[in-house]
Order: sequence, then C-alpha cells, then structure tokens
Amino acid sequence: MLIKRRNDIAPSEITPRTLFEGRREFIKAASATVLAGAALYAGLPRRAWADSKFADLQKSPYSILETPNSLREITTYNNFVEFGFGGKSQPAERAGAMKTRPWTVRIEGLVQKPRTLAIEDILRIAPLEERIYRLRCVEGWSMVIPWVGFPLAALIKQVEPLGSAKFVEFITQMEPAAMPGLSLPYLDWPYTEGLRLDEALHPLTLMAVGLYGDVLPNQNGAPLRLVVPWKYGFKSGKSIVRIRFTDQQPQTSWHIAQPDEYGFYANVNPDVSHPRWSQEKERRIGEFFKRRTLPFNGYAEQVASLYAGMDLRKYY
Amino acid sequence: MSPSLRQLAAIKAVCFIACLGPLAQLAWLGFADGLGANPIEYITRHLGTWTLNFLLVTLAVTPLRHISGWHWLIRLRRMLGLYAFFYATLHFLTYIWLDQFFDWASIVKDIAKRPFITAGFTAFLLLIPLAATSNTAMVKRLGGRRWTQLHRSVYAIAIIGVIHYWWLVKKDITLPLLYAVLLGALLGFRALRLARERQRQMNAYL
Repeated sequence: MLIKRRNDIAPSEITPRTLFEGRREFIKAASATVLAGAALYAGLPRRAWADSKFADLQKSPYSILETPNSLREITTYNNFVEFGFGGKSQPAERAGAMKTRPWTVRIEGLVQKPRTLAIEDILRIAPLEERIYRLRCVEGWSMVIPWVGFPLAALIKQVEPLGSAKFVEFITQMEPAAMPGLSLPYLDWPYTEGLRLDEALHPLTLMAVGLYGDVLPNQNGAPLRLVVPWKYGFKSGKSIVRIRFTDQQPQTSWHIAQPDEYGFYANVNPDVSHPRWSQEKERRIGEFFKRRTLPFNGYAEQVASLYAGMDLRKYY
Repeated sequence: MSPSLRQLAAIKAVCFIACLGPLAQLAWLGFADGLGANPIEYITRHLGTWTLNFLLVTLAVTPLRHISGWHWLIRLRRMLGLYAFFYATLHFLTYIWLDQFFDWASIVKDIAKRPFITAGFTAFLLLIPLAATSNTAMVKRLGGRRWTQLHRSVYAIAIIGVIHYWWLVKKDITLPLLYAVLLGALLGFRALRLARERQRQMNAYL
C-alpha cells in the first residue's frame, strides 16, 4: 500500500518556537507585576525521554514533525471521566488506584474467531511503533503526543470479522473502587465508543500502549487505549476491556448523554460548531495564541475519502 | 455590638487586603508554575469563580445583618460589591485578552451565538452602572430611592451569573447547583422578609 503523508502544516501556520515557549515567561511577567519582589521560582524538572521501557520502537511515516507536548502536560491535563468530572487534574491524582495487571481484552461479536487476549499477548501482535500525533479535544484545546502502539487493523486481523460486521464498539474498564466517576449518573456506563469498520481499519487508527517511549500512565488510558487522531479525543476510548463487532451503529456514551453536542462521527471540523462554543480555533497546550483548527485535525489527505459524499454537518 | 470608627477603619483595611487574596493566589501560582497545563483556562475559571463568590458575599450582607444584628456590616457592602466588579472585569479582560487575544470578530460571534457567553457578557454590562454609581456623590445625585431601585438589579445579575456558569459546564452541575442553592437562599430570605413586612402592615391596617 502506498503510504501518503501530508506535508504537515505550512511553515507560515506554525507559531515560532520563541513565541510559544515564551508563554510561561509571559504569564510570569504578568504575575510579577502583581507580586513584585516575591522571587523564588524553580521550575519542576521535566522527565527526560531517556528511561524508555520499550526497546526498538519503529519510527512511523505517520508521525508529524511538530514538537510534542511535555510529558508533564500530557499526563496532568486529562479527561478520563471515570476518575471524576471535576477537573483536568483529577485523573492524574486518582488513576493510580486502577489495577492494570492482570488485564484481558475480550474481542467478540460478528467475528470468525472471538478471543480473549491478555495484555502481554496484545503487546506481541505487531511491532510497536512511535507515532507522533496531534490530539484535538472537543473542548477546544490540543496537544502533540508521541504515542507508542500498533495499528488497530493488526488486532482486527486476529479475529477475522464477518462480512456482516460494519461497526466496532470499544468498552472501557469499570473498576468502581478506583473510579469514583462511575457512581455519577452523567454517562451511561461503561464508557462506550465506536467506529465504523473502515475507520477502525484505517492505518492511522492506533492501539496505544505507551507514551514517550514508556508504558502508558493510567490517567492516559493504561494499559491499552484507542487513538483516532482525526476525531475529537472523546472518541478514543481508554483502558479498553472489550471490543465488539456489530452490524448496527453503536450507542456511544457521550452521544447518548448529549446527542446534539457529541455526534457519532465527531470528526474534527472547524466548520461545525459545538452548540456551546466554536470549533474554528484551538489552543495548543503550551502556546499563547490560538491556532486555526484544521479539517480532520490536519489528517484530511489520509482520511477525507472515508467520508466522500457524506454531509459532515449532518453526520457530525 | 458596634465597632468604634477606628475599629471599623481597621476592619475595612483587613477586609480590603483579604479581598485581594484570590488575585495574589493567582499571581503566586503563575510565579511558581502552578497554573497547570492550560494556564489561561485556569485563570479564567479562577476569576469567574471569585466574581460569583463576591456577588454572593455581597448579597449575604443584608441577611447577615438582620440575623446577627451587626448593622455595621453594611459599611463593608460597597467594598465587597466593587470587588465583585473588579474580579468580573479581570475575568472579562482575561477572556478578550488572554483567551481571544482581541480577535473582535470571534468575540462578537461568541457573544451573539454562545448562550453562556451571552449571559456572562450581559451580567458584566449590567454591573457597570452599579459600579459607576457606587460612590456617595452618585447616591446623593440619584436620590436614595432611585439608587436603591437601580442597585436591586444585582439580584438579576447574580442569577444571570449563575446561569452563565451552569451553561458552561459539560456535565457535572454540582458546583453551579451549589451556587444556585446559595443564591436562592439569599434571595429567598429577602422575599420572606418582604412578605412578613407586608403581612405586618396589613395587620396594622386592619
């Protein structure tokens, strides 16, 4: 298969490094005017890339060239509502209590060979790659994340979907003792997400098991999560325990909760506003100026053809 | 219990400094790199929350006065109200400056199209005449009755402010609900007193 990679973003679109790295300086300077004199700033050390747990990671032609966000940003600013709806820092504070071993994933539904796989076996399905992807949250912020994972297609091949399978459903772990969010009635638990089968088989669609060369932190969806980079982040289910092939479009959690705000497709689209805010721009975490949101989060060249002829306003 | 003029001045000074606490906290966090991965969001939320807090505290003065009999509390009310306006202004400036960076087209679109921003902006606009007429000269110029009528709009402003918060949250309405309940209690106290007063007058008339 011919692998096409977009030329990323035009250089004119990229905020100069000096500018975006100046953001903390900017905020500090603004604070300093209020708090003149109080000088005692020692930046927290950032964890280095060096202590990689995964050896021989393959580089991927699908990686983008933008600078990834820091490990600290990626691991302290999360939405993982099983650990609470009350703020982006809750997952980092609470997810440590979740048990990620032993871990099995049940793959079932319309397949030739339904299987229950242990996470250790899943890690051996395909060579692990590093994939640097953009992540765009439906809330209007974005990051660049160096995932470690393998194409979901490789996992799907293992179970041989039947011709009648049209959709794939992804179900997140429920561990009530560790997940206080499960006692809140805001979503229909377990957290369920879904893709069309062709979306699931697309080479960009990733099963992630790591981050920055190391195993996935719990708050980012350990030990196994979906990453669909051209869709809003909520489509990428975390801590997955069940994958089910169906002939019906799955009923997904956020869509059930607020159908007018969260569609089944949820492709990143600057032209379709969320009812409560615009999606035209996004704030890349770590940057001061907002940037324009790109159709399909910048992956249009690879994925737009999946939706040829579809009204993306209707199927948002 | 009524403090002397000197004591009152001291209380006012302490209150004035304490009310700067939330701003100082923000400055400290900014300095110590404690605003999290999305500092602009943190700052916006912090200032919005404190605007609501100050609105509620201002509205608590009258009920507190009646319950405790500490009528001198009224002397703090203007300062508290002005602090509500102060934090509302910072909240608004954060939005147009740090968040939108003076992208007027997008700001106008936001205000027109996004109900929670429409509500927040309305509440902010309505606060301006109250802040502008807060000094003693303006009270005299307007006359006590008209001034009081104008300043009763703070009830509506607080309600719109809570709605602004309610419409913003994604799913978990716990906090907006808490604000709604507190505001309901503060306004309910006034309604109850008014009803009792009316009853008393009626009885006296009969």
